[in-house]
Amino acid sequence: MANKIIECHELSKHFGDFKAVDQITFDVKEGEIFGFLGANGAGKTTAMRILCGLSYPTSGEASVAGFNVYKQQEKIKKHIGYMSQKFSLYDNLTILENIEFYGGVYGVSREEIKKRSNELVATLGLEKEAKKLVGSLPLGWKQKLAFSVAIFHRPKIVFLDEPTGGVDPITRRQFWDMIYQAAEDGITVFVTTHYMDEAEYCNRITVMVDGRVEALDSPARLKESFHTHSMDEVFYQLARKAKRSSD
Amino acid sequence: MSDVQVNSLTKTFEKGSIQAVNDVSFSVEKGELFGLIGPDGAGKTTLFRMLTTLLLPDSGSATVNGMDIVKDYREIRRRVGYMPGKFSLYQDLTIEENLHFFATVFNTTIEENYNLIKDIYVQIEPFKKRRAGKLSGGMKQKLALCCALIHKPTVLFLDEPTTGVDVVSRKEFWDMLKSLKQQGITILVSTPYMDEANLCDRIALIQNGEIMSINTPENIVKSFPNTLYAAKAKNIYLLLKRLEADEEVESCYAFGEYLHFTVKTDGNENDLLNAIAERHPLDELELKKIKPTIEDAFIRLMHENTIKVTADGE
Repeated sequence: MANKIIECHELSKHFGDFKAVDQITFDVKEGEIFGFLGANGAGKTTAMRILCGLSYPTSGEASVAGFNVYKQQEKIKKHIGYMSQKFSLYDNLTILENIEFYGGVYGVSREEIKKRSNELVATLGLEKEAKKLVGSLPLGWKQKLAFSVAIFHRPKIVFLDEPTGGVDPITRRQFWDMIYQAAEDGITVFVTTHYMDEAEYCNRITVMVDGRVEALDSPARLKESFHTHSMDEVFYQLARKAKRSSD
Repeated sequence: MSDVQVNSLTKTFEKGSIQAVNDVSFSVEKGELFGLIGPDGAGKTTLFRMLTTLLLPDSGSATVNGMDIVKDYREIRRRVGYMPGKFSLYQDLTIEENLHFFATVFNTTIEENYNLIKDIYVQIEPFKKRRAGKLSGGMKQKLALCCALIHKPTVLFLDEPTTGVDVVSRKEFWDMLKSLKQQGITILVSTPYMDEANLCDRIALIQNGEIMSINTPENIVKSFPNTLYAAKAKNIYLLLKRLEADEEVESCYAFGEYLHFTVKTDGNENDLLNAIAERHPLDELELKKIKPTIEDAFIRLMHENTIKVTADGE
């Protein structure tokens, strides 16, 4: 049995009367690709913020990489990576400067930064662009670079918040190749997406509806239990029950 | 008669160094639901902004309702409806105030064209005193559509109306478009979601400022040149790596639960799949022939374009 890297027990977060996250319980195993789905306003972002050590829960228990979400937020931040579609890199720093900056923030030694950034630039095939501003790169490259930077300090787990929004279908697949590679290297991947074909690439997925976890299983088993052949349909059946909607 | 006619439209930025739209031509018939399908940066927004007279083209020409996008910009602006990709209503006006404002600007009233927006508006009417900035994504989208429709446009331009919106709201939105189409409005809609292509009468697949293909979704899928196969195994990542390295396999990529692949020389389906199964004896291996989707066609065209560019020595 693999170790549990995230343990979440009846975790809740209320804003006044509003139960953004309502008693969610789930585990994520080490090395797993875990999909976190839900309609807009279902509570995904709130839950993810708690797990990233950015927000305190109202009640319930949770630990990430062995650290408590109430008492050890700073330790959590050190041991995770995070990437979102909205913000990832500094456009007016070069590729190498971005890597150096993030490496520095996460306390990677100068020597290591130098060594690893050369490796990274070579793996991505960006040797010629290394000293160019990130703002001049095509979106697809930025996202691949952002992902590499998010796991540069070799975190135990990386949180990806809609990482592939808007990119072309080939780049989207190359991106998932990198996710698989990271998972093979032992990094746990926690990912949200609006693309249902990407839900299929996950080992297990949860679907949140109105702050609660309404489904949690492998894509194959979910499809079976909802008597359908597509994840789209599973999601639709669950999400249309939602009573609330917000961003 | 075509409602939108585009001839070799070209637009560059940054002194010509960025080619946003490159020699694009197409036409959209009256009452048609026409989709521009492509990723971010493909040139969809630039194209829409030129057609709605908000940007001047570098070269080429276009007409909307038979009027020229450069010379007749005032008249075009009166007639078309435009819903930009970025939410552009007044955040500190209420739902009602925004709608009233747009009606007034276009010299009409909410009552005059109420029948056009009724089905959509009733869904947000209970919140009509709420400020636009406080609305959810799905509600903002509905309000924006109402505001774009309130002057009864002849042509409606919708720039990525469903981006970042969940599956349920996306389905609802496309249902609304279908009913608008029945009222005779010509609709141009752009989207990065390939699965939405099937809901359009015709689509243009666009990438790097160029149109790769224009046709009905059905014909685009039909013109897929090879037989397409699907494969899966217990360890699908391993299977992907093996098929990518297989000499006989022409292309292979992940596609949801399965991998999709084509082979270099098509032959008898059974022999072919048997040979592949023999070369890759993985646990729970499953192989079958399948019908391509729009996304398969898009990937194929992207690859062909890359090959062309490389062959041109660029």
